[in-house]
Amino acid sequence: MSVVPRPGLPVIALVAAALVYPLAFGSPAAINVGVLILLFAALGTAWNLLGGYAGQISFGHAVFFGIGAYTSTVLLKEAGLSPWLGMLAGAALAALAAVLLGVPTFRLAGHYFAIATIVIGEIAHTVVRNLDAIGGARGLFLPILPTSLVNYQFHNSRLPYYGIAFGLYALALAATLMVERRRIGYYLRAIREDPTASRSVGVSVLQYKLAAAALSAALTAICGTFYAQYVLFIDSDSVFPLSLSILIALTAILGGAGRAYGPLLGAGVLVPLSEITRIAFGGTGRGADLVIYGALIVLISVAQPGGIAALGDALRRRLPQPA
Amino acid sequence: MEIVAQTVASGVLLGLILALSAAGLTLIWGVMDIVNFAHGDFLMLGMYASFFAWAVLGLDPLLALPGVVAALGLFGVVVYLGVIRPVLRGSVLAQIFATFGLGILLRGVAQFVFTADYRQIGDTMATGSFAVGPVHLGLPQTIAALGALIVSGLLFALLDRTTVGTALRATAEDRRAAELMGIDTRRMFALAWAVGAGCVGAAAGLLAIYFPIFPDVGAVFGLLAFVTVALGGFGSVGGAMLAGVLIGVVTSVAGLIFDPAYKFTVAYLLYLVVLVIRPQGLLGRA
Repeated sequence: MSVVPRPGLPVIALVAAALVYPLAFGSPAAINVGVLILLFAALGTAWNLLGGYAGQISFGHAVFFGIGAYTSTVLLKEAGLSPWLGMLAGAALAALAAVLLGVPTFRLAGHYFAIATIVIGEIAHTVVRNLDAIGGARGLFLPILPTSLVNYQFHNSRLPYYGIAFGLYALALAATLMVERRRIGYYLRAIREDPTASRSVGVSVLQYKLAAAALSAALTAICGTFYAQYVLFIDSDSVFPLSLSILIALTAILGGAGRAYGPLLGAGVLVPLSEITRIAFGGTGRGADLVIYGALIVLISVAQPGGIAALGDALRRRLPQPA
Repeated sequence: MEIVAQTVASGVLLGLILALSAAGLTLIWGVMDIVNFAHGDFLMLGMYASFFAWAVLGLDPLLALPGVVAALGLFGVVVYLGVIRPVLRGSVLAQIFATFGLGILLRGVAQFVFTADYRQIGDTMATGSFAVGPVHLGLPQTIAALGALIVSGLLFALLDRTTVGTALRATAEDRRAAELMGIDTRRMFALAWAVGAGCVGAAAGLLAIYFPIFPDVGAVFGLLAFVTVALGGFGSVGGAMLAGVLIGVVTSVAGLIFDPAYKFTVAYLLYLVVLVIRPQGLLGRA
């Protein structure tokens, strides 16, 4: 007997949808949207482990994304190390950073924690922008290598990137489903609902939060390496800004924080929406995309604080139930 | 030595405005445990209000100040009724995102309506500078800082000397007990938003005397206000004043010692260090 539904059906539907998407929409622009949806779904899912399940609302996840992007890129440029190995190094470094930052900040309650994460993100953003040893404000161009899986570069088609992005999302989702089913998942939710009560029944609150943070950071860093290999240029304004941290958190919250499939829903709405508004209004430089974006966030939080997934629950309750 | 005195003096002048804007944030935070993440964008709106009062009506920013305060106070109440009250029943997550989204919305609207151009209020009553010993102070900066000091004094008097202020503080201390004493806490919430946003309006109107105005102007000031509040201690107006001046001085001295690019970074680091040693902030209740 389990309170968590079995994964069977949603997983099959997901794989089918991911396979059909590039067949249905074959244009490079559509594949790009698909890549971005999967990338942000993976990022939101990684954030969800800490923000949704453990209830630690981070507005600094761009730090881990940036660590991933910069670690693999610097190792590739300076030591010729394969981005796949650099990805692992970045993930390890991000997990370490998450633990080191988590020890002092996890003592902070609600808003204090959120503000501390913004501040940490801004410090990292400024330091990287002024660190000339790793490109400073000019950023880093990745060396162009022949197309191959080993090189993690594909110049003829975006499909391989789409495949890898799906792999990233699958990895983050698998980690989430595993956490959900194991003791740590129940402990994290208990900590979120009532840290004091959890501690009093013997749950090591700090230890579980750190575990969630390390896992979340490592997954986020892996996405950072992917971004670097996909765009082939990184700078502090593209991989460390506060706006990226907010977008990552928003993807999870819009879809439904603390739900395994929430971030995918969030990314599925946010990414196409921001692409459409950017194409329709972005060229004017007048910020119309920001207006729609901001209005949507306010509307969702006021009308449906549980996110899109909760909207689905409400609809399901209205439908006649099978006997 | 003179340059240090000069740097500290200009840090104090900016710090007093920072303190006033942070006092507005901490009041709302203290009374209803909500952080207005759109705080910096309220400041931006206030600065534009001040600019257009000058550009369209020809009002000096100092004369326009009461109008800007009233306008922002009213806006605060509208935001409370339209956005905050509905999300009070939601999770902390929803509350944070509602004000975050509001900030993005306000910034987008400002960019759309006012464009991204930098604007500056010209020929105000306050121009020129004067010397105190070796230290030269800009008259606009000094008048703005004095104004911030006066408004902060008025805020203290309101909270400390009036019945309404006592009711506000009672609501902040213990909502349930305040209700039992016959205080209408919902009206206190609305009032906290009016007074809190009004303080931001005052800070904005004073800052607009000499600071350029653009849609993103609230980003740095907003973050500094959060840091100031958390450094000073949750809900503590006195703590916010102290922390505001401290951060003003630290940023300007840091700009002198290190690369100016790091001046805010040093203030942020100071905040993190204080947070580790004293999670409740300098003057906050444990």
